[in-house]
Amino acid sequence: MGVLIQLAVIFGMLSLLAVGGGMAVLPEMQQLLARHFGIGHTEFVHVFSLGQLAPGPNMMMVLVFGYQIAGFAGAATVALSFLLPSGVLCLAAGRLWRRIGESPWRRAVQSALEPIAIGLMCSGVYAVGRAAIAGPVAAALALAGVALVLRTRVNPVFIVLGAGLLGAAVMHAGGWT
Amino acid sequence: MTTPRVPLRELFLRFLAIGAVSFGGGMIAYQKVLLIDRKKWLTRDEFMAALAISQALPGLNSVNLAILAGDRLRGLPGALAAMLGLVLPGACFLLAAAMLYAQGQDHEVGRLLLGAVAAVASGVLAGVTAALGAEQFRSARSVALITATFVLTSVVKLALLEVLLLMVPLAIYLYRPRP
Repeated sequence: MGVLIQLAVIFGMLSLLAVGGGMAVLPEMQQLLARHFGIGHTEFVHVFSLGQLAPGPNMMMVLVFGYQIAGFAGAATVALSFLLPSGVLCLAAGRLWRRIGESPWRRAVQSALEPIAIGLMCSGVYAVGRAAIAGPVAAALALAGVALVLRTRVNPVFIVLGAGLLGAAVMHAGGWT
Repeated sequence: MTTPRVPLRELFLRFLAIGAVSFGGGMIAYQKVLLIDRKKWLTRDEFMAALAISQALPGLNSVNLAILAGDRLRGLPGALAAMLGLVLPGACFLLAAAMLYAQGQDHEVGRLLLGAVAAVASGVLAGVTAALGAEQFRSARSVALITATFVLTSVVKLALLEVLLLMVPLAIYLYRPRP
């Protein structure tokens, strides 16, 4: 029971701090999971990858951590505490906004949050990249990912799955990383 | 304001379909097609306002958007139906994946695949971030805020709450409305 409460507190807090989406909280999540539950870099990256392969919001991968730490109850606790606090806030803010309407301060808050969200996303990419890029093959895969998403219109999931399979085959055949 | 009353069941099933077939950034686009083009449940203006709110607030943007659209159409039950529909397929997939992963962590090929996927995904996300921030990277004021946020988070390693407490008031001050 204590573990479930701890999970609810951690992921509930992350939910409310996720400005600009889930990527923003990745570094903090990685640190908290390592400190409180001993989840290492590699495991974190693997679960992150599972999220990339799943349909719907990638960040639902958080429930995998919940499952690892406390089984089905852990998965449910993490999923709900990651969705509900920000969800309730959004519901309330949406209703308030419909009553107030356009205001110069709303514009200001939105413009102010945009660069912060981008900065946090950069930190999220950096945290995942640093943990995921362990050798030359992985570095080449990451560069291929950047190029494909910027230069082509291919659905990212096909890029991730296709290049991931190819990369795994190369690593397996050559024994590199 | 004569929005037809949308059955909860239909709302849930439509969002369930989006949750099952959309990957990554596609979710916002799918919701736009559903809400504006196919069903005319929201006007373009309503949709853009909801999108702006869902991006400005904490939480997953696609989930926030589904909550706002559901609330607009059917109140609290609508918000719940849309949110659950969107996340359920992925949640089931990930629960199954979690059980497999717990059994096969030392499976050589599986580990290589997850490692390779993470490497590609970090590249893809870097690209997505660059594309999303393209406009931001052109203004000195936002580049300074982006850099400061990144350095405080990744180099100084402040806790996220501390970063936000420092950066949000500063950024709002810089972007304050001027008469």
